[in-house]
Amino acid sequence: MRRNIGSQLLASVLVNAVYAMKNYPIMLSYTFLSPLSMLLVIFFVSHGSLLGIGIEGGFIMAMVLSGVSMQGDLSHLKNDLKIQDMVVSSPTTAFVYILGMAISELVYSLPSLVTLIVLAALFIHTSLMGAIEIFLAMSLMFAFSIALGFMLSTFSSDVIQSWAFSGIVSTFLATIPPVYYPITYIPLPYRYIAYLSPTTYAAQIAQNAAGYVAVPGAILAIDWIVLIAVSIAIFIIAAKKTRWREK
Amino acid sequence: MQGLVCSNISKRYETGKVALNKLSMSVESKGIFALIGRNGAGKTTLIRILATQLSPTSGAASLNGVDIIKDPHGIRERIAIVPQEARATPWLTPHETIFSYLLWRGFDTGEAHERADRAIKRLAIEEYADKSNRFLSGGIKRKVLVATVIASEAELIFLDEPTTGLDPISRNDLWNVLNELKKDRFIFLTTHYLEEAERLADNIGIIENGKLLGIGTLEELRKKVKYPYSIKMLDAGKKAAVRPKSGKVIRGLDGNSQILTSQKEAYAISDQFIKKGIKFSMNPISLDDIFYYLVKKPIENGEEHEEEYW
Ligand SMILES: Nc1ncnc2c1ncn2[C@@H]1O[C@H](COP(=O)(O)OP(=O)(O)OP(=O)(O)O)[C@@H](O)[C@H]1O
Ligand SMILES: [Mg+2]
Repeated sequence: MRRNIGSQLLASVLVNAVYAMKNYPIMLSYTFLSPLSMLLVIFFVSHGSLLGIGIEGGFIMAMVLSGVSMQGDLSHLKNDLKIQDMVVSSPTTAFVYILGMAISELVYSLPSLVTLIVLAALFIHTSLMGAIEIFLAMSLMFAFSIALGFMLSTFSSDVIQSWAFSGIVSTFLATIPPVYYPITYIPLPYRYIAYLSPTTYAAQIAQNAAGYVAVPGAILAIDWIVLIAVSIAIFIIAAKKTRWREK
Repeated sequence: MQGLVCSNISKRYETGKVALNKLSMSVESKGIFALIGRNGAGKTTLIRILATQLSPTSGAASLNGVDIIKDPHGIRERIAIVPQEARATPWLTPHETIFSYLLWRGFDTGEAHERADRAIKRLAIEEYADKSNRFLSGGIKRKVLVATVIASEAELIFLDEPTTGLDPISRNDLWNVLNELKKDRFIFLTTHYLEEAERLADNIGIIENGKLLGIGTLEELRKKVKYPYSIKMLDAGKKAAVRPKSGKVIRGLDGNSQILTSQKEAYAISDQFIKKGIKFSMNPISLDDIFYYLVKKPIENGEEHEEEYW
């Protein structure tokens, strides 16, 4: 039998996003609210001056949340519903299953992404090159958070555990680091701690691309290298450590 | 090698629990194979290993020559499973449940819809097809899951306790479906209803403490038991002076006695009963009897007696 990979991707998107949204529309408002609420806070507190950076922060938050919520969704499908077991014992590979789930998280994020794109078009003034840089940095953020989410989901044996993972990951990757504000706002000795989070590098690239901060070329190169290296590393760890067939 | 073959499969969980202990078996890959055993005997562990969800600690297994441990991808093309604790996704309808599972198997959307409709019809759950799973009763949800794998093209279907929670009529309906299905598929099921194994299975395996105590047709299993015939007294509590030359007398909780003995002896005793006008029934022993005999548990929790007269 010829197996259609498009169908296999569609299955993940239907089950995890389309059918779920149809049944529980409240989910949409949640994914809509999270990235935008922080943007609103930043907008008011900075009297509007950080609006552009905040919009970029919203993008990064949306990317991180994709991985975070995928982690919870996967844990639920695996541990509570045993759907993942049915998929493991089927022709769908781990990669295709996860890719489908990753796309489903994007579908979920569409309301906030569309809003952010409209806001970005209105308030962020950058060149085509700058836009491409921002897009690439966000894509890397997405890949990173999805790989991290998948890895964590295979370690959690209960959805309660995965809620804890979610809280920790989103706090350390999106709330505390200088995602919604420039890193220069952090006093010096603490600034180095911020560099522990890959989101800091993505934010720096995006903030530089839109002209909000001027990052020297050498540092920018390091930003890219770190971001790519961390994404690849987490992918390799995820591929090695994940337990598609349990031990 | 043809058939489903396991050799020396052991599974030691991270907790240290040894769930399977050098289990070996070989069964032809057609019809229905029923695995029976007490809670915790290792049924689900074995199924999860064979369905490539769990790695064994050691041992090998193959299906018609395809290595299950080393070539999981090759096996996954051919199998489908309803896990013991699987739940129909609450936010899907039965049709969506079956449809999306078929998409995961790689069917085009058109064929997936058609197959889903057919499976729904086959299990007679049309009236629920477009209701949310979360509004359905437990038994219907169970049927929805069975329908998903029946709708697939898999040649080997694992069903871990498929009829748990079904009412007697639904169970009978499902038996009919499985009897139809087994003509062109190999079904590997577990059950705690021994009547189900007796009625459905071409081959039966009995597992206890991670080891296989016996495997074969009902006839073959009977041969493993010392006394393959059973005579049940139907007059509760009534004693009769019958001396079985060889055999075993057991008294159940209902007060009725049961003689387990050889075929020859069974016929001799029934002759005496007929002459004396004692009500009784005589049968080859049931799977229940075989199970209790092999797993060595007293029948119906009753006490075991070795009586000479009764
Ligand atoms: N993930 C696990 N980690 C540790 N021990 C486990 C795990 N899963 C099962 N066990 C243990 O392994 C043994 C076999 O369990 P298994 O689920 O295979 O039994 P079973 O025959 O399917 O029982 P049941 O009829 O109750 O479904 C049991 O003692 C069980 O407690
Ligand atoms: Mg079990």
